[in-house]
Amino acid sequence: MQALAADGYRVVGPVERDGVIAYADLGSGDDLPTSVTVEQSPGRWRLHHDDSGHRFGWTPGADSWKQFVYPAHQEVLRIRRTDGSFVVTSPPPAAQPLAFIGARDCEVRAMAVLDRVVLDPLHPDPRYAQRRDGVFVVAVTCGVPAATCWCTSMGGGPQPAAGFDVRLTEVHDAVGHRLVAEAGSDRGAELLLRLEMGAATTDDLAAANGVARAAADGMPRRLDGAALPALLQGTDHHPNWEAVAERCLSCGNCTMVCPTCFCSTFSDHTGLTDDGSAPIETVREQDWASCFQLDHSTLGGHAVRATTKARYRQWLTHKLQTWTAQFGTTGCVGCGRCTTWCPAGIDIVHEAAVLAGLPTAAQPPNSQKGSSA
Amino acid sequence: MSAPTVAVWKFASCDGCQLTIIDCEDELLAIAAALDLRLFLEAGPSELLDHYDISLVEGSITTAHDAERIRDVRERSGLLVTIGACATAGGVQALRNSADVAGYTAAVYARPDWIETLATSTPIADHVQVDLELRGCPISKEVLLSTITALVAGRRPAPTGHSVCVECKAAGNTCVLVAHGTACLGPVTHAGCAALCPSFQRGCFGCFGPSESADVDALHTAWRAAGIADADLLRALRTFNVAAPEFAGGAQRVQLRAKEHA
Repeated sequence: MQALAADGYRVVGPVERDGVIAYADLGSGDDLPTSVTVEQSPGRWRLHHDDSGHRFGWTPGADSWKQFVYPAHQEVLRIRRTDGSFVVTSPPPAAQPLAFIGARDCEVRAMAVLDRVVLDPLHPDPRYAQRRDGVFVVAVTCGVPAATCWCTSMGGGPQPAAGFDVRLTEVHDAVGHRLVAEAGSDRGAELLLRLEMGAATTDDLAAANGVARAAADGMPRRLDGAALPALLQGTDHHPNWEAVAERCLSCGNCTMVCPTCFCSTFSDHTGLTDDGSAPIETVREQDWASCFQLDHSTLGGHAVRATTKARYRQWLTHKLQTWTAQFGTTGCVGCGRCTTWCPAGIDIVHEAAVLAGLPTAAQPPNSQKGSSA
Repeated sequence: MSAPTVAVWKFASCDGCQLTIIDCEDELLAIAAALDLRLFLEAGPSELLDHYDISLVEGSITTAHDAERIRDVRERSGLLVTIGACATAGGVQALRNSADVAGYTAAVYARPDWIETLATSTPIADHVQVDLELRGCPISKEVLLSTITALVAGRRPAPTGHSVCVECKAAGNTCVLVAHGTACLGPVTHAGCAALCPSFQRGCFGCFGPSESADVDALHTAWRAAGIADADLLRALRTFNVAAPEFAGGAQRVQLRAKEHA
C-alpha cells in the first residue's frame, strides 16, 4: 500500500466500521480488518471477531468498488451565464488514479460487467472512463464463502482468474500464516519485484490453490446460471412474481448494493442570488437510481411498472436473463449482496430457481438460517 | 422576472417547519430577495393580500374555524404547498383520531366548555386542492431550498418519493436493520432527510411519512424476522404520520396479525 501510495495512487480498501466491512481510504496495512469473520444470510449480516489474525477471513459487505468509479452522487457539468452567452464546464478529473486493495473475484468481474455497460462504444461515460482508467487491482482469493455466495454458478470462482494486477491468497497452514502474492500484469510484477518479498515456493502456490479449491467445494449455493436466460423466458405470468411481491418492500436496497446496477438519474439545480436577479449558474447532477422507484418507469406522467410485482420482475429478469441479450454478459456475478442486504430477506437464487423450474439450492452447509426450499 | 408573492400560513402545528425556513441562515438574504414574502407572521411580514403566487401551509385542520380558513387560503393562493407532517398527514395530533377527544379536553382544560375542537386532525389535502407536499417533521432545509429554487427558475419541483434506504445506501451508511437488527422504518419511509437517523446508527422513525410504495405488511414480516416485537412496530407507525393512510392501515393489519399470532 505504501508503494502504491508512493506511486501516486489513491489506495482504497476494506475497513471495519459500524459493524460491517466498508471500503474506504487506507493509510497502511494496519487499517485492514483483522481477525474478522462475517455471518451472512438472507436479510441478515453479523460481524464477529476471532483470534486468527486473518486479514481477509470475511466476505464483502454492502460496499462495492462501484462507489469509487461510478459514485452515488456526482456533478456532471456546470453552465454559467456570461455577458450574452454561457460557458459550460465539466468537473475536474480526479487528481489520483485508484488502487483497489482486496477485490474478490465477483467484484473484479462486476467491474468488467459495468465497463461493458458504462463504456459502451456508442455512449461512453467520460467521467467513469477517467476514474476507471489505470485502476490498480490487488485481488484476493476468497477462502470462506458466505451462505449467500453463488459466484461459481455465475461464471466465477473464489480465485480471481483475470482483471487484476496482483492476486493475494491468505494461507494459514502448518507452515504458518502468510499472504501468497502472484502478479497478473507487468505493473503487478514490477511492484512485487520492488517489494523484495521472499519468493513463493511451489508449496506456497499449491497451498494457495488449495484455499481456492476448498472455498469452491464449500460454495453453499448452486444454480445453472448459464441456463437461466433461456429458462426464464415465458415466466412473465408465473405465480411466483405475486408471491415475491408480497414480501418485497420496493425499497431499492438490492439495486443500490448491486455492483453492476448502473441506473442513474440526472437533475438540474439552480442557486439563488442575494439581489434577487436570475441565477447565473446551473449545475447538472447524476445520482444512482433504482428500477424500484416509480420515477424510473414514469412515462407521460404515469409509472409503467406501477406494481411491486412488475418492478421485482424487471429487476430479476434484467439481472439474470435480458442483460445477456443486451450486453453480451450476465448482469449478475453471484456476490449475494442483494440477498444479504434485502431487509425482507428475499433470496435471488431461490426465486430464480422457482421461476426457472430448477431444483432449489441445497441448504447452505454453513448457513445459520438459509432459505428453505 | 419579478419575485413571486408568498404567504406562510399556520394551522395546528408546532411552528417547527416555519422555523426551518428561518433556519436557512446562509440563504436567508437570497430567499428574501427571490421571494416577495408578504405574510409570514413568525418572521414579521403581515400583509393580507387577495392573492399570493405561492402559499406555504403548515399545520393540520383541528377546528371548524380552521376548516373554513383553509378554504379562504386556497382562494387567495396560486400554488399551495403544504410543509411538514401536520399539513400532509395530520401530524402527531392525529393520535386524537382514534381517541376520546372530549376526555382529553376535560383532562387538560379548566373550562372544557370553552374549547371548540374537531374530533379529528386532518391533512390540508382532505379539505382543499394541494399542489405540492413537502414531507417531514420538520421539513428538510435542502428539500425546501430545492423547491424554492425550482419555483423561482420555473422548473418543476421534484421531491422524490422513494424510500429512505436509497438515501442511506447513497450515503454509504451501514444498514442498521440488516446488520444490527435495529428497528428501522427506512424501507417504508419517504426520502428527503438524507437518511439522518441511520447516519448516526439510529433506526428511522418515519417522520417523512410513507414512501411512494410503502408496504407495511412486508416490513412487519421483516421486523419479525429480525426479532422485533409487533408492539414496537405499532409504536413506530403511530407517531408523526399516524394518520397517513399507509401507516394507519398498516398498523391496523399489524394488530390483526398480532392477534392471530397470539
